[in-house]
Amino acid sequence: MTDLPTSRIDLKAVLHSSAPTVAKDDHSEGMSYLQSVPRRLVTLYLPLAIIVVVLLFPFYWMALTSVKPDEQLLDLDKYNPFWTWNPTFKHFHKLLFESYYPYWLWNTMYVAICATVLSIIASVFAAYAIVRLRYKGANLVGGLIFLAYLVPPSILFIPLATVVYQYGLFDSPLALILTYPTILIPFSTWLLMGYFKTIPFELEECALIDGASRWQILIKIVVPLAIPGLISAFIFCFTLCWNEFIYALTFLQSTSNKTVPVAIVNEFVDGDIYRWGSLMAGALAGSLPLVILYAFFVEHYVSAMTGAVKE
Amino acid sequence: MADVAIPRAKPQMTEAGAWAQLKHNRNWLGFWFMVPAMVFLIFFLAYPLGLGIWLSFTDTRIGRVGQFIAFENYEWLWDDSIFWLSVFNTLLYTFVASAFKFGIGLYLALLLNEHMPFKAMLRAMVLIPFIVPTVLSALAFWWIFDSQFSIISWSLKQLGLINQNINFLGDTTWARICVIFANIWRGVPFVAITLLAGLQTVSPSLYEAATLDGATRWQNFRYITYPLLTPIIAVVMTFSVLFTFTDFQLIWAMTRGGPVNATHLMATLSYQRAIIAGQLGEGAAISSAMIPFLLAAIMVSWFGLQRRKWQQGENND
Repeated sequence: MTDLPTSRIDLKAVLHSSAPTVAKDDHSEGMSYLQSVPRRLVTLYLPLAIIVVVLLFPFYWMALTSVKPDEQLLDLDKYNPFWTWNPTFKHFHKLLFESYYPYWLWNTMYVAICATVLSIIASVFAAYAIVRLRYKGANLVGGLIFLAYLVPPSILFIPLATVVYQYGLFDSPLALILTYPTILIPFSTWLLMGYFKTIPFELEECALIDGASRWQILIKIVVPLAIPGLISAFIFCFTLCWNEFIYALTFLQSTSNKTVPVAIVNEFVDGDIYRWGSLMAGALAGSLPLVILYAFFVEHYVSAMTGAVKE
Repeated sequence: MADVAIPRAKPQMTEAGAWAQLKHNRNWLGFWFMVPAMVFLIFFLAYPLGLGIWLSFTDTRIGRVGQFIAFENYEWLWDDSIFWLSVFNTLLYTFVASAFKFGIGLYLALLLNEHMPFKAMLRAMVLIPFIVPTVLSALAFWWIFDSQFSIISWSLKQLGLINQNINFLGDTTWARICVIFANIWRGVPFVAITLLAGLQTVSPSLYEAATLDGATRWQNFRYITYPLLTPIIAVVMTFSVLFTFTDFQLIWAMTRGGPVNATHLMATLSYQRAIIAGQLGEGAAISSAMIPFLLAAIMVSWFGLQRRKWQQGENND
């Protein structure tokens, strides 16, 4: 984790998307010189170190477990449990070649990408219409979309299960591709509305005078200018899809159709006492794609997360 | 000739007019642009939401269309001690986890706001628990809290603090503590990073001025940071409460509601009743019972937003 290209995070992206940027250009030294080093050690570094260690320990433990040989996993007295000198890739091998894991990864990625693309397209249109066309009732619709954001999947999965069954989508990835946008569209519309608001009106007015249609304005002016916002929305939606559990658990049945989170919980949890190695290897392999994506797009990620809250 | 040509031309004109109106009228254009999003939200969100409430008034089972039975499901639940236990668990889980998330999250945000080396990297690392799928990190916690091979039990035994393994997920009190801990662990990064974004909009000059006037660190926090941060705290905490209240995956991956229903939340109970036991109607009644609580949370959020507008001026977004 230490080599994340994160030197530029600094939350500047967050500040860009928000209006009050008072603090941005202020000097960064602040008043920290008023504190002595030992005092900072106790009030700042120590608590910070504790919190960070607690936050990251489960991942360390996950990674360590996934490369430990079986006999070391369960014999805590003979071997030091916090480290291993003979790592093995047996668990990963088992995962990749003796289980459906590659299928599950593929399913998750397929569903996540399709649902995200669908939602982003729908949200771009909706956000543009609400912010710039300002048709009658646009504010009301904006408010309703915000409310839709607050409707949690756990009160929708039962009726959705019957709907999915009626439409004959049960046990097909299409069920997820069509239902995930209900979580993603409200979020990304709200986020994109914020981005579209920052694009100057004058650009659109010029284009209108030059005879551009609304469609051309959207495709040739607004969307290219909102690329950072689109990336933020895309990454965040992708992560939400990957993370989604209850719909995937309810709508999918056959082993080979499942997504990673559901499959790991259901398929690996047998009575086998030696299951931990492959379980943790599966969890690690399921998290890594997201962590890698995150490492490359930290700023976008943070701005998506805070942007939606701030609006 | 002219007599014939004129009536022919006229309808063409009006037709073009109607078409042009569909293409250029603000309201129609807005409508066309909204269609894709609305189709999804109406068919897969608004309709199921209504259907869920309807289902809660029927005795639908999986594979069988139900009859309307009015409030029978709710009457049944009223006398169901497991349902009330799940309500209690949900409230306990939400309040305790949210309080800790707020406290630790705010503290962490204040710490991360200080000037120090490797600041950017630390912030990036703090957010990792939020990125990793909840279920997968819940599995890691499941292993950490294993009854026989728990690393925590082992460490405490090595330190001589306990003699026996703690039965983390098998004992009712411990199981509750464990799932709440895992939820806090997962929620703190979100709270911390969003509050940090809020903190960065507070001008350091305010602190400098206050310090010159002799304010202590606590006074700085109480009279500058906290009031300026209140609006964003309101929103973040509403989201946090909302998602904690309706949590499902963490519990399902760690305990599935056990031991003896001690960690059953309303969401997990409704899944168990509706999907596993097949009583769709009863499950829908349990999940509909969550709606009043959610409405309360949304009202809080709404008033929080209003207050923000009031503090920062109407056109500040």
